[in-house]
Amino acid sequence: MSALSQYIELYDSHLSVIEGKSSEVLNQHRRDARKSLEGKSLPQKGEEGYEKTSIEEMFAPDFGVNINRVNIPVDVSLSFKCDVPNMSTIMAFVVNDTFAPSSTLHNKMPQGVIIDSLAKASVEHPELVGCFYNGLAQNEKPGVALNTMLVQDGVFIYVPRGVVMERPIQLVNIFNSAAPMMGVRRLLVVVEDGASAQLLICDHTQNSEYQYLSSQVVEAYVGKNASLDIYDIEESSATTARYSQLFARQQRDSQLLVNGVTLSGGNTRNDYHIDLVEDNSKTTLAGMAIASGSQHVDNNTYIKHASTHGMSNQLFKYVLDDESTGAFDGVIYVAPDARFTEAYQSNRNLLASKQARMHTKPQLEIYNDDVKCSHGATTGQLDADALFYMRSRGIPEKEARTMLMQAFMVDVIDMVKMEGLCDRLRHLVEKRFYGQQASCGECAASCHESKKD
Amino acid sequence: MDKKANPTRPETNDDIINDVTSGEYKYGFVSNIDTEIIPQGLNEDVVRLISQKKGEPEWLLEFRLKAFRHWLTLDVPTWAHLDIPEIDFQAISYYAAPKKKEGPKSLDEVDPELLDTFNKLGIPLEEQKVLSGMAVDAVLDSVSVKTTHKEKLAELGIIFCSFSEAVRDYPDLVKRYLGSVVSYRDNFYAALNSAVFSDGSFVYIPKGVRCPMELSTYFRINASGTGQFERTLIVADDDAYVSYLEGCTAPMRDENQLHAAIVEIIVEDRAEVKYSTVQNWYAGDKDGKGGVYNFVTKRGLCRGDNSKLSWTQVETGSAITWKYPSCVLAGDGAIGEFYSVAVTNNRQQADTGTKMIHTGRNTRSTIVSKGISAGHSQNSYRGLVKVAPNADGCRNYTQCDSLLLGSHCGAHTFPYIDVLNDTAVVEHEATTSKISEDQIFYCNQRGIPTEEAVALIVNGYAKEVMNKLPMEFAVEAQKLLQITLEGSVG
Repeated sequence: MSALSQYIELYDSHLSVIEGKSSEVLNQHRRDARKSLEGKSLPQKGEEGYEKTSIEEMFAPDFGVNINRVNIPVDVSLSFKCDVPNMSTIMAFVVNDTFAPSSTLHNKMPQGVIIDSLAKASVEHPELVGCFYNGLAQNEKPGVALNTMLVQDGVFIYVPRGVVMERPIQLVNIFNSAAPMMGVRRLLVVVEDGASAQLLICDHTQNSEYQYLSSQVVEAYVGKNASLDIYDIEESSATTARYSQLFARQQRDSQLLVNGVTLSGGNTRNDYHIDLVEDNSKTTLAGMAIASGSQHVDNNTYIKHASTHGMSNQLFKYVLDDESTGAFDGVIYVAPDARFTEAYQSNRNLLASKQARMHTKPQLEIYNDDVKCSHGATTGQLDADALFYMRSRGIPEKEARTMLMQAFMVDVIDMVKMEGLCDRLRHLVEKRFYGQQASCGECAASCHESKKD
Repeated sequence: MDKKANPTRPETNDDIINDVTSGEYKYGFVSNIDTEIIPQGLNEDVVRLISQKKGEPEWLLEFRLKAFRHWLTLDVPTWAHLDIPEIDFQAISYYAAPKKKEGPKSLDEVDPELLDTFNKLGIPLEEQKVLSGMAVDAVLDSVSVKTTHKEKLAELGIIFCSFSEAVRDYPDLVKRYLGSVVSYRDNFYAALNSAVFSDGSFVYIPKGVRCPMELSTYFRINASGTGQFERTLIVADDDAYVSYLEGCTAPMRDENQLHAAIVEIIVEDRAEVKYSTVQNWYAGDKDGKGGVYNFVTKRGLCRGDNSKLSWTQVETGSAITWKYPSCVLAGDGAIGEFYSVAVTNNRQQADTGTKMIHTGRNTRSTIVSKGISAGHSQNSYRGLVKVAPNADGCRNYTQCDSLLLGSHCGAHTFPYIDVLNDTAVVEHEATTSKISEDQIFYCNQRGIPTEEAVALIVNGYAKEVMNKLPMEFAVEAQKLLQITLEGSVG
């Protein structure tokens, strides 16, 4: 039985339960998604775009799906603090795939802003959610359709016209269950014209005894002259697989920044699909992966320039240690009418051990002549001269290497526009390279077992 | 355009401009040569018939049949960034040969029409034999018709002959190397070629011999309704050196013709092979009618330590190009190089690039690819750089630049980089841009008309690759570049 068919079977046999426990808005799209999955299978390793990552294998284990919406009693807001020092955030939790508001969530929220459970919001504001939900997600992709078919909750963030959110929104995704589990998460972010928001998402696994899989679909609408920053930090466990697919659409004069940081995890696959549908939009897409053990990180980007004067900049950096594998596959697509496009892409990788492997495929697809586009990819190791320079000044090799690796990652960290988060990331990266727990120091419940020595 | 705008410029440039302004496809003539064509279609009997017509030994027929049976199990590859109309493989004649009375002993006995054809192509066999010191093997409709300079090469122990002669005279060598680099199982078109290949060139350079002249093959499809399936096999033994040139043309026809060739190169210890191609198959007319489908598998195995293989290609022709000359760098310290200029105009499509497979230690490779797209064409670079787990100390540098002339064309880059070893250094960079208005303005200011300025800039852009071509080819390639781009400005 293929991985996909086990979930289709689950859906078919528990249709009434799934639909009964969620809203009409979600259910409408569910049926179409089910139809579109007919005769399809999840991508296998080696398929174009999936050279090193098998989605089929990722979904193959028999994960439990919380279709009955059983409340798993974890009082996360007490036991879990993922504060960023010197930063006051509006915080909410997603435990497995259920939204859990923190006690302070609704304090001092600007007028009209909604940050709530997707399930709840789709009942309270069916028109608003219905207007945006599933509008960007490409359900012809089986991984997306599977999410649409099974999803029951997630987060809905709505920033109305002209509202500038001063405090960043922080979402903490936590896996904690007493059995292997698949979290079907959905994130819908709407930033209307002239509004601005910053979103910080971090992924944690509290109980790494079991295998987890997060199937996450993010849809982000960025209105005219609006600005949205998304920082997505994964600090989960080796037993956690993550399949995240982000779809964003940018309108005129908008700005979008997405920074995906993979500090620890098991098997990670991130897809980013960003459409610059209107003129003069700007996209910054950055990513960093520090992998060790048998970790696997695969980032896949597709930036579609469909309008004039668009500007995009991509930077992805990997440091791969032990037997970890990395993959990067990025496309810049420039449509025939997208004149005056400037698009850049860079992927740089360090292999720190004999067994580490990197696969990269930076691509350009350009159908217009009035563009400036470039991409570059390098895979190599630390500069021997720099290492020698440091060692000749009495810095032990391990420390020198760590310092150089940290310096290598600075570019990506510098793209973060929140100062507090920048410091935090620098600190996390440093600790990660020293082989210590990458988890936050303030966290009472450490989210995973310690890393290698 | 006023051709006398700049009288101080040397005459040769005026000639070029003349060529540029007058030129459509100038190799589009058809020669009326008595040709023997077998009926269209492909089945085991056809494979047997080809083998029988060529008087081949049993082992070669077996090879063909194995390939044919494998081909039947394969599907047409669709992964390339190409829009290939469905090809009816049963509507092609797989063998067309100029009718032979008896094998010509000297040039005098060669069909005068045939000689004419080659003269038109600018390959005066007679003259070249005496003057230019270049040995030419001319392949017309898949059959090798004449090889020059054979005697002189034989003195050095160099074998340069048609593939059929090699099968007859040096069966051991052919048997040993045939299919050792490109197996018949390699891909759809390689399997097809292995089943039906009709002729091609065979080169063997013995140990320590430096081939004193450039070896050259000219390919031409003449008959209609046929495909061309030739095979080139080059073996450079220890410390040998050879520079090999390949050129191709075809008549203008409304139908599409299929060209599916295989080139296999084996490079032993410290040997060096330089393989240059100027590909100018008929590209179809302005609306994309007709033209050659050029689906070619080219691969070299740098088996020996410190061996070197260098591919240089100038691709201006063909309606559709699907071609990835590759190097397998198996010997320690082996070097692979790939220099390419691919020009597409009108409705042409090209998906071309290279593969550098590093399996030996301290192997190095360089890729320089320059794409130029104009008209409504689509031009893609697709390449693979792979470093195997045990290949320590490898180095690769890749540079792919695309130049867009006109707003309806496309330029794409699909590099695959697989690094399985931590001591490798692999770099890739690519840029896409158009000719800047500043550059054109600068030229205009100095009295250079726009069309000429574009030619100048394009030539400068492609120079890095052109410089790698042997002299005779470089001149031709440069002209070709200009002819191909003629009328694409503005």
